[in-house]
Amino acid sequence: MSKVSHKAKKLIVVGNGMAGMHAVEELLDLAPDLYEITVFGAEPHGNYNRILLSLVLSGEKKIEDIMINGRAWYDEHGITLHTDTKIVQIERGSKRVITDDGQAFEYDRLLLATGSDPVILPLPGHDLPGVIGFRDIHDVDTMIKATQDHKHAVVIGGGLLGLEAANGLMKQGMDVTVVHLMDTLMERQLDVTAGKMLQANLESRGLKFVLSAQSETILGTDRVTGLRLADGTEIPADILVMAVGIRPSTELAADCRLHFERGIVVDDSLLTFDPSIYAIGECAQHRGTAYGLVAPLFEQGRVVANHLAELGFITYKGSMTSTKLKVTGIDLFSAGDFIGDDTTEDIVFNDPGNGSYKKLVLKDGIIQGAVLYGDTVDGAWYFQLMRDQTDTKDIRSHLLFGQSHLGDSGHGGENAAAALPDDAEICGCNGVCKGDVVKAITEHNLFTLDEVRAHTKASSSCGSCTGLVEQIMASTLGSDFSKSEKEKPVCGCTALTHEDVRAAIIKEDLKDIPTTMRFLNWQTEDGCPTCRPALNYYLLCAWPGEYIDDAQARFINERAHGNIQKDGTYSVVPRMWGGITTPKELRAIADVADKFKIPTVKVTGGQRIDLFGVAKSDLPAVWKDLNDAGMVSGHAYGKSLRTVKTCAGQQWCRFGTQDSIKLGIALERMTWGSWTPHKYKIAVSGCPRNCAEATIKDFGVVAVDSGFELHIAGNGGIKVRVTDLLCKVESESEVMEYAGAFMQLYREQARYLDRTAPWVERVGLTYVQEQMVNDEANRKALYERFLHSQTFSQSDPWKENYSDPKKRAEFETLTTLGQS
Amino acid sequence: MSNWIEIGHLNDIPRQGSRIVEGPDGNIAVIRTQDDSVFAIHDSCPHKQGPLSQGIVFGHKVACPLHNWAIDLGTGQAQAPDEGNVACYPTKIENDVVFLSLDKVGEKTGP
Repeated sequence: MSKVSHKAKKLIVVGNGMAGMHAVEELLDLAPDLYEITVFGAEPHGNYNRILLSLVLSGEKKIEDIMINGRAWYDEHGITLHTDTKIVQIERGSKRVITDDGQAFEYDRLLLATGSDPVILPLPGHDLPGVIGFRDIHDVDTMIKATQDHKHAVVIGGGLLGLEAANGLMKQGMDVTVVHLMDTLMERQLDVTAGKMLQANLESRGLKFVLSAQSETILGTDRVTGLRLADGTEIPADILVMAVGIRPSTELAADCRLHFERGIVVDDSLLTFDPSIYAIGECAQHRGTAYGLVAPLFEQGRVVANHLAELGFITYKGSMTSTKLKVTGIDLFSAGDFIGDDTTEDIVFNDPGNGSYKKLVLKDGIIQGAVLYGDTVDGAWYFQLMRDQTDTKDIRSHLLFGQSHLGDSGHGGENAAAALPDDAEICGCNGVCKGDVVKAITEHNLFTLDEVRAHTKASSSCGSCTGLVEQIMASTLGSDFSKSEKEKPVCGCTALTHEDVRAAIIKEDLKDIPTTMRFLNWQTEDGCPTCRPALNYYLLCAWPGEYIDDAQARFINERAHGNIQKDGTYSVVPRMWGGITTPKELRAIADVADKFKIPTVKVTGGQRIDLFGVAKSDLPAVWKDLNDAGMVSGHAYGKSLRTVKTCAGQQWCRFGTQDSIKLGIALERMTWGSWTPHKYKIAVSGCPRNCAEATIKDFGVVAVDSGFELHIAGNGGIKVRVTDLLCKVESESEVMEYAGAFMQLYREQARYLDRTAPWVERVGLTYVQEQMVNDEANRKALYERFLHSQTFSQSDPWKENYSDPKKRAEFETLTTLGQS
Repeated sequence: MSNWIEIGHLNDIPRQGSRIVEGPDGNIAVIRTQDDSVFAIHDSCPHKQGPLSQGIVFGHKVACPLHNWAIDLGTGQAQAPDEGNVACYPTKIENDVVFLSLDKVGEKTGP
């Protein structure tokens, strides 16, 4: 199996923990044969999930449950593992590491992942047997052993680690007292109110607390017997756990004079000051921060693997972390600056009777930090808003009440995934149950949403259960769970974001896909199904009339101008302007249905007619017949203007205040044929009864007696979102101008595959209003650009395809083979 | 020896695109990649039988249009973690004429 002889370079990893091995796993994915890898671990085990040690201590998990990679994994990948072996020296000159038993090993590249050490307070008696830290399997074994014949435990430190240790010891039947220097528990993560709620909860479970307490002496002669505080109080202890903090392990770096401050200093590629030595995890210090949580390891591991694999196209820009206490039955969440200062303001929800507390700290409408106690369902959402620096002004009135419907349609309004039984269906599209997701996460050690999607298919189709899946990940992984990065690259072919790519296309005059990929150093020859359609759209939007559309960069529906169905046939929808048709058109549709034996004819939700089950080879002929009767493609398949839905309006309806049909037809005539980041629907209602359902469309017009209300960013479907009111205008010509300007703003600024709803939620309604309601010149410019772009896009794709022999040929079979 | 059958001209197949050949065991997707290699695979995704001929072609892979499984054109294998494979047929190009053999790749040829 091992191909050691072909591997030219030697990589040594010091530290067999989560950081080092995650990096190695990533490296094996990228360049399995580049290095001969040797790993040194001070502990006698394979690689395990340190975060879950507290659940081993509390008896909820066993050691074997938390192993990530056993011996077999190292063998299988040709990795040499030295357990129980400490590296005591690095000789940077000769590129060697020296073990505690005096052996020397050479390296070409060295990865330091030595983690951190527990801080042991230098109190008198700190070296007595029974005084331990809480860091590794050995510590947990010592604690569990102590619980068998001892009664009293003291934990110094009321932080995250201390409380998890105390809870575990209590669950093992010990009488536990937590001694804490500060007057609030977990003061680095919780404010006073949440700290007190946590304390009350833990006390009701049987833990004792002594706060604002200065430890003075550890008592005992052969073994610890107690702790004396500065005020003279003595607390009996058969075991004493120091959980007052951790310190990055920097001894090796110090010894070989490798630059370190609090941790070993690394740059954005995780490289230390020695060009052959990388450092990641808790031992490393990046941009001034040494992280003490696991989530950053995954981002760091990905970056360091990319550089070790000699690709070098991604960088690490630091992580934003959040905290979750792993004490079963206690839900708390904390992130960012939750205390605030003179320049910030708090929004607080406090319901002690219900055990629920929420506090958000905002500065100029942007979330700086959050503390949630009791109900933490929306922690992930607040964290995302915080990372995205989203202006919450427009949603402030309901911000504290959460995202409210994580599951969206098809999930029975389910919100709290943690409480669901294993057989609860999470992904309604692919039939994936909660148990499947949990099993995949634990068995395959999945840490990101993309990994869970790849392995289980959950949330990989319509995406409506993404919130639920993220919650299951959060509850299964605790603080290990890392939400997607803030600046997400377009796809795996590049490290650039959508915004980067769009800016470059315009700034650098990039006018076709191959040039764009070459200029922006794409990592693949011709992209992938994610980036090619996005690039095609961005180029189309940036260079109307100049860019030549690349059909092969389009999803099949946009290439075949119909929606592909599960059996490989297509559906055909002719446009019906504003939902109006004629007997002549209906006869033509009926004739086509008869002639081509179309099995299903259905009225759509967008006020037109859908012909289902057309063979691909029949498409050009179907189109021609419909074209001959005056109908064109309805673009029911495209990321483009779909329909303009109208109600009867003033022309017929006794309530109608404006002519909604006429206005709808005018809007559809103006906007049809345009390509947009995602599908785009318009509706016009003739009065506030809103029979055209304009308030769940991307752009909705509701006529009132004095004019028109313009609504934006609504949608039905997966996640129903009611529109926001953009503004009110008086005339039909203003409706047209605002409709075109809004569509152009969306076309130019939303990411490909963003519908208007998530885009407006991200940039804020206020932003859109500033761009096109308050700024008349900008609105007119947007409108002009829209109309200009439309002059190139309003030709019927049906006609283009059936009348061009070369294009038409692609709908036909190349050849038919007889029996061989 | 393989029995080569002439199926058409290279230019009949769009680059990064495909054409369908009706074979005795169902449709065969004949796919031309960016580098002008031509591959032939059974036109049915191992997942839910989506027509692979209609997918986006990238590198030497095609993405199924129904659920986006990526299929390796050389081996017919689905890209991990998806599992499954689809039959592949040998092709060759001589003077821009494309030939196909119905002896599946990996199967013994001849009696």
